[in-house]
Amino acid sequence: MSWHRLLAGSTKYAVLIAFAAFYLVPFYVMILTGLKPLEDISSFEIWNMPKSLDFGSFREAWNQMDSNFWNSVRITIPGAIVSTFLGSLNGYVFAKWGFRGSNWILFLFVFGMFLPGQGILIPLVWVLQFMGLYGKVNGLIMAYCIFGIPITSLLFYRYYASVPDELVDASKIDGCGFFGIYRRIILPLSGPTFAVVGVWQCTRIWNEYLMALVVLGNPARAPVTVAIKNFSSMGVIPWNLQMAAALIASVPTIAVYLLLGKLFMRGLLEGSLSG
Amino acid sequence: MHTDLTARAKSLPALLPKWLRDDRKIAILMLAPSIIAVAVFIYVFMGWTLYISVSNWDRPALDLSFAGLKNWQRLVNDPRFHIDLRNLVLFAVGYMSQCIVIGFLLAALLNERIRGEVFFRTVFLMPFAVSAVVSGTAWRWLQVPSAGINLLIANMGFENFRPLWYMHPKLGMLAITIMGAWQFSGFVMALYLAGLRAIPDELREAAVIDGAGTIALYRHVFIPMLRPVTFTAIVLTGAGSIGNFEIPSIIGTGPGFATDTLGFYMFEQTFRSSRYGLGAAVATFMLVLSIPLVLPYLISVLREEKE
Repeated sequence: MSWHRLLAGSTKYAVLIAFAAFYLVPFYVMILTGLKPLEDISSFEIWNMPKSLDFGSFREAWNQMDSNFWNSVRITIPGAIVSTFLGSLNGYVFAKWGFRGSNWILFLFVFGMFLPGQGILIPLVWVLQFMGLYGKVNGLIMAYCIFGIPITSLLFYRYYASVPDELVDASKIDGCGFFGIYRRIILPLSGPTFAVVGVWQCTRIWNEYLMALVVLGNPARAPVTVAIKNFSSMGVIPWNLQMAAALIASVPTIAVYLLLGKLFMRGLLEGSLSG
Repeated sequence: MHTDLTARAKSLPALLPKWLRDDRKIAILMLAPSIIAVAVFIYVFMGWTLYISVSNWDRPALDLSFAGLKNWQRLVNDPRFHIDLRNLVLFAVGYMSQCIVIGFLLAALLNERIRGEVFFRTVFLMPFAVSAVVSGTAWRWLQVPSAGINLLIANMGFENFRPLWYMHPKLGMLAITIMGAWQFSGFVMALYLAGLRAIPDELREAAVIDGAGTIALYRHVFIPMLRPVTFTAIVLTGAGSIGNFEIPSIIGTGPGFATDTLGFYMFEQTFRSSRYGLGAAVATFMLVLSIPLVLPYLISVLREEKE
């Protein structure tokens, strides 16, 4: 019995460790390759340790993509802030000021969120061109704000729906109006949800690729995801630069994930509608 | 504006029904910009895409004259479209099954009071924190057929087993599913783990008292109770399969379009070849594929939340 249990226990850990290796190997290889100079790069030595610690590839990759990195920052921060605030306001209306048909509107918001982005790309480009925002950072920010509305509204709605209506009714009797209730009751309770939604939006916007490629394909204005693509479409593939670039682009989101994992997890569960 | 209104509301407590009505109007007014934005940028745009698919717009200059089903005919007769459909099936089968099986297995293991659970959980979900572009970049390097993972396989003694991975002219798509599952199986694990943790302990204990072993416990208690999670996972991975774009964009379409996808085909036709009508037809096709997948899911979630 006990050796049986021991065997079962060690099998469990063996499987878990094997999968941990599967998830970590690409990161490991990216670091390994990024630490080698170009002349040491060969696909036959992919598993070999670098001969010495050489940060040249990271420096070189950074020099080529630093402007893209800052573009991503300039896009992600306003995009996340605006869409989060819109979501809070919308979620408040949906949860506490529902009107006839408001459930349908929320349903249509969420439905649109699950459909493939390709379905709106051509008109998006056309409209952005018309507005003079095509190929501009502001155009992409605007797109992220709008396409962020469904998920942020949904996340806030689900949270605000759990705030007791009695609280809202009581402050109505005290004479608070729409904004009074929002400021005195709803906002003070919203801190954690703002954090969850903000983290989720930052990660999603930072990692987004399709719309960024279409709206901001210009290498100088592109965000990091497009910059990585540009590294990989060079004639001779500089694997070391590519891996270094991919790692640099991942640092902010991995840092957020490791530091704020709980918030990240809540966004994931609530956003997939199964939290 | 709002201070004005709240001041008025306070000064007229006697007219309670009226200011209540005003507040409702304010609420709708506050929601209106979002409604308009979503209506235009999602729904009007989709309708517009549908219209472009029956227009003559197949060069850089805008041409919205009606063309009938010309683009659709071209699409249906394009061999690349046929390959992409086959690729979608290959990808969906490989990707969905890996995500769901691995996700469930890992969640079930982590639910067994494992030492180092936080470590494992963190590692399993880490790929989800990076962009799909990063996944494509790293795996493209690992799956170089002449070396990469194949070196490891050779070192383990299987010298004659040398898969071509994403360079395989027929099954390259299955290599791509690994890249996708690497990113998303941790997400499915998190869904299942949350689902398992929500099952009350009493239920498990009762089943054990009734003599259920681990396998019976899963078959008769856990898996049926986790059906909503499985539904969610199927819809999310299914939608991911239809929209798949990032990885072919990074690693290329492979020999004979073996790793091409509808999403990438749409992108190339539209934004590289200016065949807007054809691109719009592909995009519309992708939308039509997604609707029967997403709609039943949302309806069932909504129904549950009402109960």
